[in-house]
Amino acid sequence: MTETSKPAAGKGAVARFLESDIYASFRSSPLAMAAAVIVLAMFVGAVLATLIAPYDPFDPAKVFLSDASLPPRWQDGGDPRFFLGTDDQGRDMFSAILYGLQVSLMVGGLGVALAALIGITLGLVAGYVGGRTDALIMRVADVQLTFPAILIALLIDGVVHSVFKGISRETSAIPVLVVSIGLSFWVQYARTVRSSTFVEKGKDYVSAARLVGLPAPVIMWRHVLPNVLGPVLIILTINLGLAVITEATLSFLGVGLPPTEPSLGTLIAIGNQYLFSGEWWIVAFPGATLAILVLSVNLLGDWLRDALNPKLR
Amino acid sequence: MTETPSFPEPVISVRNLVVEFATRRGPLRAIDGVSFTIGKGEVLGVVGESGAGKSVTGSAIIGLIDAPGRIAGGEVLLHGKRIDNLPAEEMRRLRGRKIGMIFQDPLTSLDPLFRVGDQLIETIRTHSDLSASAARERAIALLAEVGIPAPERRIDGYPHEFSGGMRQRVVIALALACEPDFVIADEPTTALDVSVQAQIIALLKRLCATRGTAVMLVTHDMGVIAEAADRVAVMYAGRIAEIGPVRDVVKHPLHPYAAGLMGAIPTLSSEADRLTQIPGAMPRLTNVPPGCAFNPRCARAFDRCCIERPEPALPSAALAAREHVASGHRVACHLYTAREDAR
Amino acid sequence: MSEASLVVVRGLRRDFDISRPWLNRLFEGQRRLFLRAVDDVSFEIAKGCTFALVGESGSGKSTVARMVVGLLPPSDGEVTIDGISMQSASDSGSRQKLRRRIQMIFQDPYASLNPRWRVSRVIAEPINTFGLLKGEAVTKKVGELLTLVGLHPDDGDKFPHEFSGGQRQRIAIARALAAHAEFIVCDEPTSALDVSVQAQILNLMRDLQKEFGLTLLFISHNLAVVRHMADRIGVMYLGRVVETGDSRALFARPRHPYTRMLLDAVPDLDMSGRQRTPVAGEIPNPINPPSGCTFHPRCPQANERCRREIPAMIDGVACHAVEEGRAG
Repeated sequence: MTETSKPAAGKGAVARFLESDIYASFRSSPLAMAAAVIVLAMFVGAVLATLIAPYDPFDPAKVFLSDASLPPRWQDGGDPRFFLGTDDQGRDMFSAILYGLQVSLMVGGLGVALAALIGITLGLVAGYVGGRTDALIMRVADVQLTFPAILIALLIDGVVHSVFKGISRETSAIPVLVVSIGLSFWVQYARTVRSSTFVEKGKDYVSAARLVGLPAPVIMWRHVLPNVLGPVLIILTINLGLAVITEATLSFLGVGLPPTEPSLGTLIAIGNQYLFSGEWWIVAFPGATLAILVLSVNLLGDWLRDALNPKLR
Repeated sequence: MTETPSFPEPVISVRNLVVEFATRRGPLRAIDGVSFTIGKGEVLGVVGESGAGKSVTGSAIIGLIDAPGRIAGGEVLLHGKRIDNLPAEEMRRLRGRKIGMIFQDPLTSLDPLFRVGDQLIETIRTHSDLSASAARERAIALLAEVGIPAPERRIDGYPHEFSGGMRQRVVIALALACEPDFVIADEPTTALDVSVQAQIIALLKRLCATRGTAVMLVTHDMGVIAEAADRVAVMYAGRIAEIGPVRDVVKHPLHPYAAGLMGAIPTLSSEADRLTQIPGAMPRLTNVPPGCAFNPRCARAFDRCCIERPEPALPSAALAAREHVASGHRVACHLYTAREDAR
Repeated sequence: MSEASLVVVRGLRRDFDISRPWLNRLFEGQRRLFLRAVDDVSFEIAKGCTFALVGESGSGKSTVARMVVGLLPPSDGEVTIDGISMQSASDSGSRQKLRRRIQMIFQDPYASLNPRWRVSRVIAEPINTFGLLKGEAVTKKVGELLTLVGLHPDDGDKFPHEFSGGQRQRIAIARALAAHAEFIVCDEPTSALDVSVQAQILNLMRDLQKEFGLTLLFISHNLAVVRHMADRIGVMYLGRVVETGDSRALFARPRHPYTRMLLDAVPDLDMSGRQRTPVAGEIPNPINPPSGCTFHPRCPQANERCRREIPAMIDGVACHAVEEGRAG
């Protein structure tokens, strides 16, 4: 008994997190904390949209054309019922934004998750197996990079509509967007995971696992994967912002969600038509929400990258 | 404070040096009251295990402690003049001209994008007013001196074209280019193979002896110290545990830590079945015990060791006579202080 | 000898493909390039003994270690452990059973433990994989192993980064012992550690070897450590074993000029002032090794034959000068 150290007093994961350097770095960065609060608020708002929103903007029984195009409450002619005003059909802007946020975050989140799933799997296999498999996967990735997300979305949209004849946009929009985002974003994950896998594969804890005779998939899953997820987390955050923007762009261009089920992008597209007739709030509020969300998510990603970089600690 | 008589002229003196690093959990004392001098032509070996503070001592002397670290006390004197409080620009000029540096990894101390000769010539010309051609002559002479074959040809080679040992020779040439008075060699042979290591130690020792350069040789390897140093300082937890002529410290270590360390090293001639084992590990610098830093691991510790911090001192006369202690051999241990009654 | 030998290595060779990528070769008209890291290495290890391979960087000692445990397939030659070939396909069934009996301790204790796993899970992995114990018994066994290597059973709840280098090496030793391994390959197990910690680990390894009758293949560049640990020693230079013999005899009367040079290069800690010949030269680039005996450019006794002909291993030494009686 020479190097006996005091046993850990059964610390929980929360306690360990609160003592960690990451949390300390978070506490010392007001910008990261502000960004986190905004992102969290938007997430909660989006998830609880049906409970929080004062009106259901998609219930025709509660939308009246007589309320159409009302300016925000503090402006001349504003209606105290509609804090951020109403759109051309008399829907409450604040409620519409909450519902739009829900759709945007869901599409962006699912798209990024799909991209991460594809990218991590392929990157792990490429890095661990190496050789021809690696070369094949990475060349496919190179080709993938030459197609912009919009082109992929148009392509998939076209294919879906020609295969499933008469499918409505309401049903097809979300899967098409998620798959498009997934297919356009996976390359970055694959590259990052592949290079970290190369490094981890050479470490002796992997050799030790091979010595025990574990099969390659088990080693990849149990040993390598947990150790290559750090950088993925950073890309995941930054990509979420990008994915929301991509969805908005696609919806704005009309490939994405229809006006009956609007995302932030659809709201901006609708509002855009009224910008020059003076009804600026229809485009400004969804636009500002989108900008603040993406900015906050990116700031959070930047902070995470610095916090996880041991050289900057 | 009598030093070994053969090196009367101190080139560098370090007095009560304290280096602290600011951390989230308060200041961390990496160096805690270190004092020593190095004379002209003398090699002082500084030995210790990782975390003992030997490299930080070197960096502090040449003013290379970066934030969050800082010199929190004590002074460093070069030829009797304080250098620890010099402005950064003056310190930079001093390094290179008066102080040379040799680091562990020869690959990182040479710029891979420049020819070896260019780096040498640049160093020579920044710190002297030689013409380009004279500086080149000088660079070739230096390379020849450090044992690079065909230096007039190799001077135009890039660092990657040199083997590890040859690169370290170039680094030595670079450090000695301006005839500095003082050289810090931080683990100069650690990255090298045994057979090359011996050559580099011999070279460093010879060059510094002929030029009268004072050398601070920082290493974890007692063997290197035994080969190259005149005197040796054994560091533990940011403090000097024992300092004295190398032969005495290696053959008759006084401090229980130094004695344990010597016994822990397997040698080619020992027949021991087991190596001496010092229990435990060096304390974290955030958690150095009160009194003697070594007391929790020391088999001979007594009450006083846990309360009062021992300072490096000459052993009491009676003890010195009994244990054949040479002059200039100082030890920071209560076992050797005059208060025999304490035991 | 052969009967008591647990491990038999015969004519082991390993080439590494260091050619440029295929497309570059095609356009630049280059041929494939191979580096012979290990060439014709043979040795045997008796049950319960320690055999050490010692050599400088590039000598191929770690490559041999990886081939012996089966992490790296040899280009040629064979490793037989307890009569079961690590290479031949016919033994593949029994080889799976053999795996449990072979373990390895790696050089860098910071890389050999999965940083995301708790220590108890690291140590339990071999037990679970081989299905040796179940449920509570595993936890108990892990606690016993931790105690055995000088740690506390509660240390199992921690992560590797909470330990010092020496403690991590203890954990690696506990993992190696978890499945009752009989043969452990130690690849520079203490070269990343401080001397006082090295002494603790070396002592621990010797104690455990005695307690469990372990057979060890010990890889090191440190002659003094090898001298302390090994019963028999093989000295490697540029992928070949140049001298092999009983530890005491080899250190007392080194015969190969390279062994002599290596011994002379070890710093003299006893300060005995023994007479030593200064070392000359450096290890050549293994991509383009010298002809004949690869040591000839640095050898004081080299002659024309050494430049031409690869010396055969005769009576434990591969050297023309020794064979001809020219070596002093």
